Amino acid sequence: MKRLITHARIIDPATDTDVVGSLAIANDRIVAITPEPYAPIGFTADHIHDARGLVVAPALIDTYARLTGPVFERPERLNAELAGAAASGIAHLVVAPDTTPPLDEPGLVETLLTRAERYGQVDLWPLGALTVGLTGKQLAEMARLSAAGCIAFSQGDTPLRDSLALLRAMQYAASFDYAVWLTVSDPDLTPLGGIHDGIVAARLGLPPIPVAAETIAVARAIELAAEAGVRLHLLNLSSARAITHLARAKSEGLPVTASVAILNLTMTEHDIGEFDPNVHTQPPLRSVQDREALAQAVVDGVIDVVVSNHKTVGRDAKAYPFSESAPGVAGVETLLPLLLRWGEMQGLTLPQTLAPVTVRAADLIGRRDLGRIAPGAIADLILFDPNCTWKFDEGTVVGPGRNTPCWGQTLTGRVVELWRNGTPRPLSLSSPVL
Amino acid sequence: MTRLQLTPDGRLKHLLTLEGLPETLLHRIFELADSFLEVSTRSVKKVPLLRGKSVFNLFFENSTRTRTTFEIAAARLSADVINLNIATSSTAKGESLLDTVDNLAAMMADMFVIRHAAAGAPVRIAQHLAERGQTHISVLNAGDGRHAHPTQGLLDMYTIRHYKREFTHLSVAIVGDVLHSRVARSEISALSALGVPDIRVAGPKTLLPKELSALGVTVTHDLDEALDGVDVIMMLRLQNERMHGSFISSVAEYHECWGLTPERLKRAKPNAIVMHPGPMNRGVEIASSVADGPQSVILPQVTFGIAVRMAVFALLADVAPGAAA
Repeated sequence: MKRLITHARIIDPATDTDVVGSLAIANDRIVAITPEPYAPIGFTADHIHDARGLVVAPALIDTYARLTGPVFERPERLNAELAGAAASGIAHLVVAPDTTPPLDEPGLVETLLTRAERYGQVDLWPLGALTVGLTGKQLAEMARLSAAGCIAFSQGDTPLRDSLALLRAMQYAASFDYAVWLTVSDPDLTPLGGIHDGIVAARLGLPPIPVAAETIAVARAIELAAEAGVRLHLLNLSSARAITHLARAKSEGLPVTASVAILNLTMTEHDIGEFDPNVHTQPPLRSVQDREALAQAVVDGVIDVVVSNHKTVGRDAKAYPFSESAPGVAGVETLLPLLLRWGEMQGLTLPQTLAPVTVRAADLIGRRDLGRIAPGAIADLILFDPNCTWKFDEGTVVGPGRNTPCWGQTLTGRVVELWRNGTPRPLSLSSPVL
Repeated sequence: MTRLQLTPDGRLKHLLTLEGLPETLLHRIFELADSFLEVSTRSVKKVPLLRGKSVFNLFFENSTRTRTTFEIAAARLSADVINLNIATSSTAKGESLLDTVDNLAAMMADMFVIRHAAAGAPVRIAQHLAERGQTHISVLNAGDGRHAHPTQGLLDMYTIRHYKREFTHLSVAIVGDVLHSRVARSEISALSALGVPDIRVAGPKTLLPKELSALGVTVTHDLDEALDGVDVIMMLRLQNERMHGSFISSVAEYHECWGLTPERLKRAKPNAIVMHPGPMNRGVEIASSVADGPQSVILPQVTFGIAVRMAVFALLADVAPGAAA
């Protein structure tokens, strides 16, 4: 099957390309890009898709999301999460190991992957549990989990307090050249229900989480990783000072990468407003200065990728005062509009804006044929209208997550089509609450 | 934080925090309290302003003293008062906070007086009532976690006004555990709103929020510096659970460094007043001779507390005599 997308504004973040033209696709691969509205010489399309007024870009790669709820007991719950991701143009989703039960057995990983494959919209890239049950006591069977499809190993949101156990887990992972992905928050400095130790905590009297909670954990992870010789990925950085540690490790040539959650790029502690439990997230939203430093670090490439840090939390678990509510913000469905908002805030071009969720994310998961628009790359694409405004509410939500400060807000930028392996896929318009 | 607690025409709908309340409204409360103070001196200490209204005291955290003052204030306005000690009730059986609220709303409550260990709980309840269309019910925050204790803040301001008349030339020192104190947060909000030009806060770093100075106060760790020439000293209670552990070294050292003794009091103006929200730890944050001394206004604070709470009830029920604020 040969397809030609014409009159599209083509964005390739890998080559900083922003041109109006045509994209030729044969089977599942991109064949050519031409700045003309017609096919390259010798290419006869079976289908022509007019994408006038739309942006064509690589489909998004979200490298950190949590699958909460009964994703194993009820396949429709998993499908709903995947439909939500697809609605925002996410074709590849890295999922944390802290599912219920956690991803510490090959069978669970296989089940998840089989079901996602059957659903067909979104490819899952699971992180295996670093330790059995994420309890930090017994190493998980990393080789077997890797064979089942895990791309790296993680503790999810569960900290590993014992430094010796973490060192050994890293050494074991390094034996197979597996990467270790860690969230970074010192548990002793991270009170339950806390927020950034700043002016809002002083005003509202919520438990303070100092920046040192993050920097101590970052420094510890980097030093142990250097000791173990393991590739380290730091998840969801939130503070300016953490970036200093990261930049130093990178300048020393250590194999360290990092992500930031889109919420931490677009919001600050002040967005907690009147104790909004939908802004109760981990890591906490920090100061204006922290947000600016994170944004600059993404632009500079010190922070490699931007993630949704998605976590669906049901109404019941949020029906409490802020610090007693369950932390977590639903993020997949608002990833693209919030990214576009961030790009505009920073004055970035579209290729610059999309790079941390396309080419740089593909590099992080080791796939040079994804996240790019280039001859030979897999034709996983999004077609989106960057100027379309829409309200995120019951009328537009697709997945199960409503726990976001964007709920009820008007957003700009909407995906019209998601292409997987050279074929446009229908997007779910809505689904029941699960 | 005033979006929820004021009606579009500026009347008090809920009292959740003093942060952002307009100065005119604070003065309106003080003037009403003046008139209710007189009621408390009569032989029949009752006016019929809240007759037929049901006030539910929902105390998710134990407190006898504060609950009693609300109970007396509501009774003097002829309201029906229902006390629920929820710490030992439904929530202990697993019922969620908002389910409890829905049930009590269905019992035709007019007002909820809420104390809760979590900051923001009364805000959450007020939001929930709005979502449910229960707009006739008012929420009065009787202390939520470390966030706010607005009626305590108001009665403290009323006390200062009683003794000092004007706010705009005062120097005020707040001393002790600000980190865990909802009282201190409400006091700072109110002092700022009333135009107090010099608010000083003193205590060890372990008991002060990091960004406290952003609230417009001067932070010091030296008590003498904080007390130098002030008009008002507001001491904070050091809770028992903070006395052991890593917040302070020892009660004795705390008293030496941050306790208000007669010698230290001499640093303040000769006519300075000494306040404490109670209950006091004598010999810890305050020496007995100061607590019982001529500059102490701790017991008048309690008396004023009833009148101030009556004023707040009357405003919330929109039955206050005279023009609206």
